[in-house]
Amino acid sequence: MQQKMKTVTITIQEDGEPREIEIQVPDTGEGGWGDLSKNTYINKPHTRVDAVDKVTGRAKYTADIKLPGLLYGRILRSAHPRARINRIDATRAMALPGVSVVVLPNDDPEVFSRECRFAGQEIAAVAATTPEVAEDALHAIDVDYEVLPFVVDEDAARDPDAAQVHSDRGNVGEPRVGEQGDIAAGFAQADVTLEATFRCQVQSHIALETHGNVCQWEGDKLTVWASTQGVFSVRGELAGHFGIPETNVRVITEFMGGGFGAKFGARKEGVICALLARKAGAPVKLMLTRKEEHLATGNRPSAVQHVKLGATSDGKLVAYERSNYGTPGVAGSANIPGAPYLYEIPNYRIEQTSVFTNAGPMAAQRAPGHPQAAFAMESMMDEMAEALGMDPIDIRQMNDPNEARRNMVAMGAEHIGWKTRRSATPNSGTGRIKTGMGVGSARWGGGGGRTQAECTINPDGSVQVKCGTQDIGTGTLTLVHMVAAEEFGLKMEDIDVGIGDTNYPYSGGSGGSTTAASVSPAIKGTTMLAKLELFKKIAPRFGVEPGELVASDGNVFVGSDPSKSMTWQQATAQLGDEPIFFHGQWLPGYSDSGVPGVHFVEVSVDTETGLVKVDRVVAVHNSGMILNPLTWASQVNGGVLMGIGYGMYENRIMDPATGYMVNANLEDYKLMGSTDIPEIEILRYDEPERGVIGIGEPATIPTPGAIANAIYNACGARIRDMPFTPDKVLSALAAVKEG
Amino acid sequence: MADRHDEARPDASSHSESKSGTRFTRRGFLKGAGASAVTAAVAPAILVSEAGTASAQEAEGVMSATISLDVNGQSHNVEVEARTTLADALRDRLEITGPKVVCDKGECGACTVEMDGKLVFSCMTLAMDAQGRKIETVEGMADGDNLHPIQEAFVEKDALMCGFCTPGFLMSSKSLLDANDNPTPEEVREGLSGNICRCGTYPHVFEAVMSAAEKMRKGG
Repeated sequence: MQQKMKTVTITIQEDGEPREIEIQVPDTGEGGWGDLSKNTYINKPHTRVDAVDKVTGRAKYTADIKLPGLLYGRILRSAHPRARINRIDATRAMALPGVSVVVLPNDDPEVFSRECRFAGQEIAAVAATTPEVAEDALHAIDVDYEVLPFVVDEDAARDPDAAQVHSDRGNVGEPRVGEQGDIAAGFAQADVTLEATFRCQVQSHIALETHGNVCQWEGDKLTVWASTQGVFSVRGELAGHFGIPETNVRVITEFMGGGFGAKFGARKEGVICALLARKAGAPVKLMLTRKEEHLATGNRPSAVQHVKLGATSDGKLVAYERSNYGTPGVAGSANIPGAPYLYEIPNYRIEQTSVFTNAGPMAAQRAPGHPQAAFAMESMMDEMAEALGMDPIDIRQMNDPNEARRNMVAMGAEHIGWKTRRSATPNSGTGRIKTGMGVGSARWGGGGGRTQAECTINPDGSVQVKCGTQDIGTGTLTLVHMVAAEEFGLKMEDIDVGIGDTNYPYSGGSGGSTTAASVSPAIKGTTMLAKLELFKKIAPRFGVEPGELVASDGNVFVGSDPSKSMTWQQATAQLGDEPIFFHGQWLPGYSDSGVPGVHFVEVSVDTETGLVKVDRVVAVHNSGMILNPLTWASQVNGGVLMGIGYGMYENRIMDPATGYMVNANLEDYKLMGSTDIPEIEILRYDEPERGVIGIGEPATIPTPGAIANAIYNACGARIRDMPFTPDKVLSALAAVKEG
Repeated sequence: MADRHDEARPDASSHSESKSGTRFTRRGFLKGAGASAVTAAVAPAILVSEAGTASAQEAEGVMSATISLDVNGQSHNVEVEARTTLADALRDRLEITGPKVVCDKGECGACTVEMDGKLVFSCMTLAMDAQGRKIETVEGMADGDNLHPIQEAFVEKDALMCGFCTPGFLMSSKSLLDANDNPTPEEVREGLSGNICRCGTYPHVFEAVMSAAEKMRKGG
């Protein structure tokens, strides 16, 4: 029963150049994770290893770090959406007792600019002995602004006469075009052509832990506690900014209070924190306020999509044209996927532009561009189905090239009772409250790579695994324990795991639903090969080949003859005094990319108030081989709910007259609360042979589109403008009545 | 819907009622009270600071004072300004960092603590108003290494993801079950409506609270 080996090709870095090499690894079958029924940990639900720290308040987040002599930093931000700073004077601030240092634009022109392009842009910073004094100091910095014309609305900004956000380019960026086939010929084939415009608002990220860092210098060495999705990206940016080697910067993220895409790199507030700490010669904590989060740390860009869709009378989509724009604020891109979302359409043309406005810059947010694209496409599919007299599911199944998604749509439809419980005729209910059902889908990439790990097996049997990934709340730390414990046949608590530190082997940022698919294969590969090194030392004692040994349940034994056995500690004692140390990396064959996701929702609409309530969601998701079904379900719930928030409540509101965001808090910026939560039923569509696939993003994409379709099914009002607030529902209902 | 009713939140109006019966809110207090009023309100409670001298800030007109706070059954001396919130006093001065500051405006519940058995937003409570009150934070919830049944249920049901809202949800859940050990699912939702979670763990939180309630009814 010799373990089969297989050859895999991996890429290593040699003198800074990538080079492909072939290595031999145990062949653990299709999907890479072996016979799941025999597992103790992998693919079984497990509570988080750090849950007790989180429920007792012991978990120390960046916001909780306290060091001797710690100063508190704050950032002064532009009071105007567009202005030029003629003079800035910190004399009064420096005179306040307790103020340690002030940094001004001249101290670091890379971070601060005298040209303010949005209300909230960084212009100076202070550090003081208490947070209260730091706040006083902000008010004591005198700024003489030359106030300039601005524009905060993307439609107004497209006007050639609008105020220019940047002096070196226009507000409307270069169009990005995607096309295939011949749309004129396509539309000529179409029996039905529909046109509509869809609008999506700007959404704030609202990680509960604000962006922030604690920075401490010792000479030219810098230690940073960062609330980040990527410790190595913070290290690289700070080393580059301060002109010191990356080895001089250590970034630590032990506990982290959410990111959702906006916490990569040191960012301005990270550099400013390090600047303050260096100038003060003391450690500085700089956590942003909630208002600063809304103004300056990123957001999901808006999207305005003019869509034209053509189909033949039997429901086949033949042509698609889309022209869309959105605003990324002062910088970045508002682009959404550049091909028709989800469905196969032979002829299409898409042209999209980003429109700069005097508002805070966008950042990646959970499935960038996808919920916007899904909302418009899935709404259009329902409109087309109705125009053709088809069931919305039938037209989807006919045009969806993805077999797994077709199966998942069928699975969800069966579960929710699409054929039996849904009225095919919109607005067919009687009475004030009308109910309806809708469907929406997603596609996402994900995939893994870019992760290294190391494993030490000590002679006393203790095992240490280190990997410089970070747990942003998704359960990454737990899965490292699970994979290592499974491999060694030990208990999860027996593995000493270190993550969240640039002193550990490299791992990429936690984003794009790639973390599980990156980290778990790296841990699997590293522990598997470390174990093989141990087996090489043990095998001769049993007179077998190393590949014939098995580690399970705290023992090491010969697979074909379990009576030939020793305990794990007896096995590791054979090492003498030299531990096994293995540095490994991500291996192919244990993960995959490319997943669908499908949400069915039921809503009730109060036709007198326009209030919509999402009552029930059936979420069908596919993560290949699910590592931890418990934490996976938490992520699906979270994705569904963030999608409801985006579809129903959230909206960054910019006042066109003043250029300020008027709801930069958590009260006027509407978030869903506990009384808004629907029943969520999660259905798994497993494909274990594909290995691990991420879930964070596909779980949020389909929700707004599915809700829009359910609202239509309930009351006959087609809402093409997010969020679906009562005013829009009432207006649409009035339009329906007027016919 | 997205609007949460104040009635359903931790008691936001009465929490800053001072012992003399005067009602202060953080904002109203700062806006309405001149320096002399601040002195009058806090002077009786000021302890002699260890150094026995006025701080440099006091000389500049920013008054700080050393007060005593009873947190999780332990008495702590802490130097605060009149405007220092209980949240900042706990977190920055005493390193009791379970309560989190997320909105700093009483909108999210992450800083929720108990004061004399009532829930308050510690970001909306002045540290000086907390003198002589019994303050309980999430750190005081477990009995040594024995988790409170609600904490156990949060672990078991995975009612936390990033965990930043968790201390606030735990305090609200405890207050809810202390008052009603057999809540309906709707009562659980109402009881937690002052707390916001961005990771979206609500369904598991509801499960955890219902499961903890059952366990506690059975003597837990």
